[in-house]
Amino acid sequence: MITDETKAELREIAARYPQPRSGLLPMLHLVQSAEGRVTAEGIEACAEILGITAAEVSGVATFYTMYKRRPMGDYHVGVCTNTLCAVMGGDVIFERLKEHLGVGNDETTEDGKITLEHVECNAACDYAPVVMVNWEFMDNQTPESATRLVDDLRAGSEVRSTRGPRICTWREAERVLAGFDDGLADEGPAAGPATLVGLEIARENGWKAPEGGQQ
Amino acid sequence: MTVTPSKAGSNAPAPQDLVTLTIDGIETSVPKGTLVIRAAEQIGVQIPRFCDHPLLAPVGACRQCLVEVAMPGPDGELRTMMGPPGRVKPQASCTLPVAEGMQVKTQLTSPIADKAQQGVMEQLLINHPLDCPVCDKGGECPLQNQAMTNGRGESRFQEVKRTFPKPINISAQVLLDRERCVLCARCTRFSEQVAGDPFIALVERGALQQVGIYEKEPYRSNFSGNVIQICPVGALTSADYRFRARPFDLVSTPSVAEHDSGGAAIRVDHRRGKVVRRLAWNDPEVNEEWITDKDRFAFHYANRPDRLTHPQVRDGETGELRPASWPEAFAVAARGLRAAGRVGVLTGGRLTREDAYGYAKFARVALGTNDIDFRSRPASAEEEQFLASRVAGRGLGVTYTDLERANAVVLLGLEPEEEAGTLFLRLRKAYRAGGTRIFAVAPFTSNGLRKLGATVVKAAPGEEVPAIEQLAHDGELALDGGGVILVGERLATVPGALSAVAVLASQTGARLAWVPRRAGDRGALDAGCLGSVLPGGRPLADAGARVDVGAVWGSTVPTVPGRDTDGILAAAAAGELGGLVVAGVDLDDLADPTAARAAVASAGFVVSLELRASAVTEHADVVFPVAPVAEKPGSFVSWEGRVRPFEKVLEGSNAVPDVRVLAGIADELGTPLGFQTIEAAAAELDEFASWDGERAADPTVAASPAAPAPAGSHRLATWKTMIGDGPMQDGDPAYHASGPTPTVLVSAATLESLGAAVGDQVELSTDTGTAVLAVGVADLADDVVWAPTSSGGVNLGRDLGAGAGSAVRLSLVPAAAPAVQEAM
Amino acid sequence: MTNVLTPVLSDNWDADRPWTRESYERSGGYQALDTALRMQPDEIVALVKESGLRGRGGAGFATGMKWGFIPKDNPNPKYLVVNADESEPGTCKDIPLMMASPHTLVEGVVISSYAIGAHTAFIYVRGEVLHVIRRLRAAVQEAYAAGHLGKNIHGTGYDLDVIVHAGAGAYICGEETALLDSLEGRRGQPRLRPPFPAVAGLYASPTVINNVESIATVPSIVRNGAEWFGSMGTEKSKGMTLYSLSGHVTRPGQYEAPLGITLRELLDLAGGVRNGHKLKFWTPGGSSTPLLTDEHLDVPLDYEGVGAAGSMLGTKALQIFDETTCVVRAVLRWTEFYKHESCGKCTPCREGTWWLVQVLARLEKGQGSEEDLDQLLDQCDNILGRSFCALADGAVSPIDSSLKFFRDEYVEHLRQGGCPFDPMASTLFSPVGATA
Ligand SMILES: Cc1cc2nc3c(=O)[nH]c(=O)nc-3n(C[C@H](O)[C@H](O)[C@H](O)COP(=O)(O)O)c2cc1C
Ligand code: SF4
Ligand code: FES
Repeated sequence: MITDETKAELREIAARYPQPRSGLLPMLHLVQSAEGRVTAEGIEACAEILGITAAEVSGVATFYTMYKRRPMGDYHVGVCTNTLCAVMGGDVIFERLKEHLGVGNDETTEDGKITLEHVECNAACDYAPVVMVNWEFMDNQTPESATRLVDDLRAGSEVRSTRGPRICTWREAERVLAGFDDGLADEGPAAGPATLVGLEIARENGWKAPEGGQQ
Repeated sequence: MTVTPSKAGSNAPAPQDLVTLTIDGIETSVPKGTLVIRAAEQIGVQIPRFCDHPLLAPVGACRQCLVEVAMPGPDGELRTMMGPPGRVKPQASCTLPVAEGMQVKTQLTSPIADKAQQGVMEQLLINHPLDCPVCDKGGECPLQNQAMTNGRGESRFQEVKRTFPKPINISAQVLLDRERCVLCARCTRFSEQVAGDPFIALVERGALQQVGIYEKEPYRSNFSGNVIQICPVGALTSADYRFRARPFDLVSTPSVAEHDSGGAAIRVDHRRGKVVRRLAWNDPEVNEEWITDKDRFAFHYANRPDRLTHPQVRDGETGELRPASWPEAFAVAARGLRAAGRVGVLTGGRLTREDAYGYAKFARVALGTNDIDFRSRPASAEEEQFLASRVAGRGLGVTYTDLERANAVVLLGLEPEEEAGTLFLRLRKAYRAGGTRIFAVAPFTSNGLRKLGATVVKAAPGEEVPAIEQLAHDGELALDGGGVILVGERLATVPGALSAVAVLASQTGARLAWVPRRAGDRGALDAGCLGSVLPGGRPLADAGARVDVGAVWGSTVPTVPGRDTDGILAAAAAGELGGLVVAGVDLDDLADPTAARAAVASAGFVVSLELRASAVTEHADVVFPVAPVAEKPGSFVSWEGRVRPFEKVLEGSNAVPDVRVLAGIADELGTPLGFQTIEAAAAELDEFASWDGERAADPTVAASPAAPAPAGSHRLATWKTMIGDGPMQDGDPAYHASGPTPTVLVSAATLESLGAAVGDQVELSTDTGTAVLAVGVADLADDVVWAPTSSGGVNLGRDLGAGAGSAVRLSLVPAAAPAVQEAM
Repeated sequence: MTNVLTPVLSDNWDADRPWTRESYERSGGYQALDTALRMQPDEIVALVKESGLRGRGGAGFATGMKWGFIPKDNPNPKYLVVNADESEPGTCKDIPLMMASPHTLVEGVVISSYAIGAHTAFIYVRGEVLHVIRRLRAAVQEAYAAGHLGKNIHGTGYDLDVIVHAGAGAYICGEETALLDSLEGRRGQPRLRPPFPAVAGLYASPTVINNVESIATVPSIVRNGAEWFGSMGTEKSKGMTLYSLSGHVTRPGQYEAPLGITLRELLDLAGGVRNGHKLKFWTPGGSSTPLLTDEHLDVPLDYEGVGAAGSMLGTKALQIFDETTCVVRAVLRWTEFYKHESCGKCTPCREGTWWLVQVLARLEKGQGSEEDLDQLLDQCDNILGRSFCALADGAVSPIDSSLKFFRDEYVEHLRQGGCPFDPMASTLFSPVGATA
C-alpha cells in the first residue's frame, strides 16, 4: 500500500527538481522500495502527484529494466552475461545458479529470498565475471563462489560487497536509488585491485604525469 | 543623398522568404522552413513515409523517407551528407528543412536512397502479419501501398515473427492489433499534441515496444477516432466499423458534420443505401484533418427503428396517429393550421440553412406571424437583441485562422472541448504554438480549459457579469484589437451578460464571435428563424428591411413582434396560439421540459416535422417525416459565419427535406412558398444582398445579482458534454461507452463535508426530483457544483427541473453494506 | 625514462579514504576551484578549448568548443548534465573513478558549471551501481557543507546546486538526448537534432552534456594549464586518459596513460594475454567500436590512430579476447544486447536487431549457408547510418568487423553444423590451455 508517508516522500522527490516530472525515475524507485515492485497504486500515485496520466507513467515504468512488475525477492542476484563476462564464465555461473536455486531467469525462489536475473554489462569488466547483488558489486566470481554467495544470502549470513558495504535488502537499495541515504557511503574500500593496478605499476616505476604549470 | 524606402504605407506583402533547391534534378523554390518531404510533394515526388504527418511535430522515427542530400560547402562545391566513415548517410526528409542550394535525390534518382527505403520497408514487414485480406485497412493502407511501390518483391525473413494476443480494446470504440502496428507514434503524438489526451502511450521497449493504455484507464478522448484514421496501417480500428466493409465496396461523398457549429468537413462512406462510416475530410481553413468522435461515430440515428417513413395524421375517432398519404397530410395540416388561427413555429438545431429559410418564410408568408424561434434551449430577449445587433447576417467574421493569429482569446459561457470540438482543437493549436493566450470566465478549470492553458477567471453561474466587466481592465489580458471574444449560447441565461459582452467588445476593439452549440443555429439566425430578425440579418423593426424582404417574397411582412420559444409555448398552453409547427425540437432541451410537454400536449393543433418519433410527434395532429442530412443537400453556417454546403450522400433516398413539406402545406393554405427544393430555397436566399442598413442596438440589460444558494444547497453550473444523451447520438453503443461517466463535480471542501470519496455515488436533488451520479472534484467554489446537462440517462431539466444557477442539494448515497461481514 | 603511465585522475585512488573531502583536499582538491572562480567564465572556456580536451564519452568532441555553443543571449537557465550512465559493454572507467574519488567529479562540475553559467547541474548515474551513488551523494553533501556548492561558493557570489540522479536501467540513456528525456521523467528515447542540447536541451534550455571523465579532467587542466595537458598525448588527441583493460589479460584494470599509447604497450604492462594464450580480437572502445585483431597491436590508441585502423577509440574500453573465444558467440551476445537495449523508436534499430539476432543465433548453431553471411552483411548495410541514433551503428560494428576478420570462423560453424569451440575453455576457471 502507498501510505501517506510514502506519498509525502514521493512529493519530496518531485520537489527536488526544477520541473517535478524529472522526479519520476527516483519516484518509481521509491514505489519499488515501498511495494516490492511497481504496482498499479504506485503508478497512480506518481501520476497524481505529477499531474500526468497513468498511461504516461506506465510508458516510463515499462521502459527501464530496473522496474519490476512481479514481486521481487529480498535479494536481486544479477549475473552479467554480456559478452565479456559471459565468455569469462558468466554463462556458466548463471546456469549453475539457475540449477542451484531451481529458478529461471527473472524468477524468484520459493522462499521469496532471491530473484535471479541475467544482467547486461555493469561497468565492472575488469572484475569479470561479475555478479551484482541488489546492485552492489560481487567481483571475480566463480560458479562455486556464486553458489556460496546465494546460500549465504538465503541463510541470512552477513554478505559484503567486494567493493561496497554489507548487502542490504532490495527494497532498502531501491530507497537509496530514490535518493534517501542509508549512511553507508563510507563502508567498503575505495577501489578493488583492478582499479588500482595501473596506479601501482606507475608507483613501482616512479612514473608520473608531467609537473604542472600551477596557474 | 540616399533615401531609405519607408515600409510604412506600403501594402505590398513582404516577399516570402523563398529557398531554392533541386529535387531529382528539378529546381524548385519553396518557403523557408519547408520540410524536404513536402517540397518534394509540391513537385509531384512522393517520398514514402509512415511517421510523418503534416499536422504533427516531426519525429523522424520510421526512417522510411530517407533521401540522399548534398549541400553546398563554403566553396560552393556540393558535398553529399556522409555518415559512418566513407558512407553516404541518407537523411530523413520528414525532419530536414530545405536549404539554399540543397540537392536532394529521392528514390527516383538515388540508388542509395532507394536501397535505404527498401531496407526499411523490409524491416517494417518482417514483423507485420501481412493479413491484408482480413484487415479493415486493406485497400486503403499506406503500408500496403508503399510496400507495393517501394518494397522488394520477396521477403528474406525466414525467422520467427513477433506476435501479440489480438486485438485489445484501448477504449470501447477503438481496438488495437499490436502486431500490425509500425510504431510510427502518430496516434500517441496526436493524442498528446493535438487533443491533449495522453491516455495512450508507447509502452515497453525495443522490439517489444507497443502502443498501450494504463490497464485501468481506457483511452478517453472526444477525438479518439482521429487516431484510427491517421494510423498508416490497420492497427487501430473502430469497434463500429470493424469488418463491416471493404474500401472498394464503399462510395465516398464529402459532407459537413451536423453535430456542432464547427462546420467540420467530413467524408461519408456508404454502401447499399446505408452510411457505414464517417471520416475527417481535409479542410485546412476549418477542421484541418480532425473531427470529433461525435462527428465521426454519431450517424446511426438516421437508421433507428423509430425513423419516420410516411406522413401520419391523428384519427378523429381513435385519437391515434394513422398513416396518411402526402396529399391528405398536406390537406389536414393546412386545414388544421387555418382553423387554429394564430400559430407559432419552433425549429430545432438540426436544420440546414435552406430548410431554416423555408420556416422563416413559411411563418411570415403562410402563417402571417413573427412567432418563430430557432433557440430550442434556454434563451432570453437580451440574447435576441444581441444576436440581432452583433451576429445575424454578418457573414464571415472571426475565422479559425484568426484564432491562431489572435494575441488573446476570451471564452465566455463556452466550454469549447464539449460544445465546439473543432474549435477546441484549433484553440489548442494556437495555444501550443505559443502566440495565443486563452482566458475563460468559467465556474472552474475544466480539463478542456486546462488543455488550452487557459487562465480561468472564476465566476459562479449567474455571476459572470462582473467578471466580464473586469476583463476590460485586466492588465494581464490586455484585451485589444488583436484579441477575440468567443461567446457561447449559454450566456443568454445570465441577465446583463451579453450586454456586458457588447460593451467589452466596443471598449477594447476585440473581435467578437458567437459560438452556438448546434450546427443549424447560425444558419437559422441568418435565414430569419427569429421573431425580430428577417433573412440576411434584417431587423424586423426596420421598415426598409421589411420592404426589402417583402420585395423578394412578393408579400408583406407581418409587423407584430414575435414571441420567443418559451413565449410561444406559454401562449400555446394559454390558448393564445391555436397551433404549433414544430421542427426537430427535443423538448428536454428547453428551459422547462415539463411545461413544454404540457404546452405541446394541450396545444390546439400541432404539426410536427421529424426524423424519428419524439415527445412532439406523440401529441402532434399531423406528422411529416423529413430527411436527415445524409439524404438531402444543403448547407450549415459555421460559428465563423462560413457557409458550408454539402451534397446529398444517399442518392437513392426519397426522403424529403423540410422545405418540400412546408411548400406542400403552404400550397394547400393558398400561400405558396415559392420554392419546393433546397436548390430553389438557396437561390432565393441568395437574393438577399447583405444588409447595410441600421442594425438593432446592442442590448443594455443590467446585471441582476444572482441569488445565493439557500442554506444546505448549492448553485448548479451545467453544460452538455460532447458525448451525452440526445436523439442524434443514438445507435452506437461503443460510442456511448467511450464517453465520460456522468459525474457531479464539487469542491474539495464539499466532498469532505459529504463524507464522500471521488467516484462515490451522490444524489443530486431539487424539489422536483433526484438523480444519482458519481462525484468528482474540481476547483469550484464551495457553494457551486457542476453536472452534465444531459448524460447517462439523466437530464437535469427534465428530471430535476434544474438549469444553470438553480439551487440543488447533494447527499452521499450510502455504499451497499458488504454482503458478508469480514471475520475479526 | 619516459612516463608510460601518467596518473592524474587516478593519482589519489590509493590514498586513505580518497572518497572523503578531507582526503581529497589533502591531495590538493578544490584548489582548482579557487583558481577557476578567480577567472572569468569565458577564460575557463578558452582554457579548456586551448587544452584540446576531447570528450571522453566516446565521440571525442572538443569539450571547450561544446561549451562555446551555449548561447549567451538565451534567457533560460543553463544546465550542466554529467553523463554517468556508463553502460557501453566493456566500459568501466567512470564508475571506479566516481567510487574512489567522487570529489574529483564534483570539483569538475562546479568549475564547468561556472564556466557555462549554469546554476543547476545534474549527475545522471546509471541506477545499477548503488555504492557509487552513495559515494557521489555523500560527496555532494560534503561539498555543500564545505561551501564548494550551494549559495555564494567560496564567497564569490556564485551559486550552484547539484542533483545526483539515478537512472533505472537503459543503455540508450547514455546517448545524450535520450538521457535528457530520461532526466525529464520520460522514456529514454533520443531526440531530434537540431535543436542541439546547447540551444534547447534539458527543459528546452541551453544544456552542456559531458562524460564523467571529461568533467573530472577539467580541474587538472585548471590547476596545471593547457600546455601541461597538451604535453601529454598526440597532436590532435591531447592529454591523459583512462584505458580499461578487461578480458583475457593477466592484469585487467585501469591504466591512465597519455593518448596514443598502443595496445602492445598496455598489454606489456598488464602482463600480456593470460598465460599460454594469444590475442585473437579486441575492442578499442567498447562493443560499439569495430573489432580489431593482433594486426592492430601497434595502432596508437588515439582518435586518429584507431580511426585510421577502421575502428573508433570510443571509450577506450579494451576488451581482450584470446583464441579460446568463439567470435560468433561473442558477436551474437553483443547483438542480443543491442536488441535488448534498442529503445524501439526507429525501424532499422528495432526491427533490424530483432532480425540480426535470429540470423546470428542460427549461424552460431551452424544452420544456414554462406549466402546467409552475405545477407547478414546486407542487413547491416540497411541498418548502418539509417537509424535515428548511433546505437544501431554500434550494433552492426561487431558483425561487420567480425565478418571482415573471421568470416572463416562463421563458415566453420556452418561446415561443422555447430560451434567448434568449448565454452569452458574461455572461462577463467577452465583448466589452463584447454581448447576444444
Ligand atoms: C547508444 C549510446 C550510448 C552512449 N552511452 C554513453 C555513456 O554511457 N556515457 C557517456 O559519457 N557517453 C555515452 N554516449 C555518448 C554521448 O551521447 C555523448 O556523446 C557524451 O556523453 C558526450 O560527452 P563527452 O563530449 O564528454 O564525451 C553514448 C552514445 C550512444 C549513441
Ligand atoms: S497504432 Fe497505428 S498510428 Fe499508432 S503507432 Fe501503431 S501504426 Fe502508428
Ligand atoms: S516519415 Fe520520415 S522518418 Fe518517418
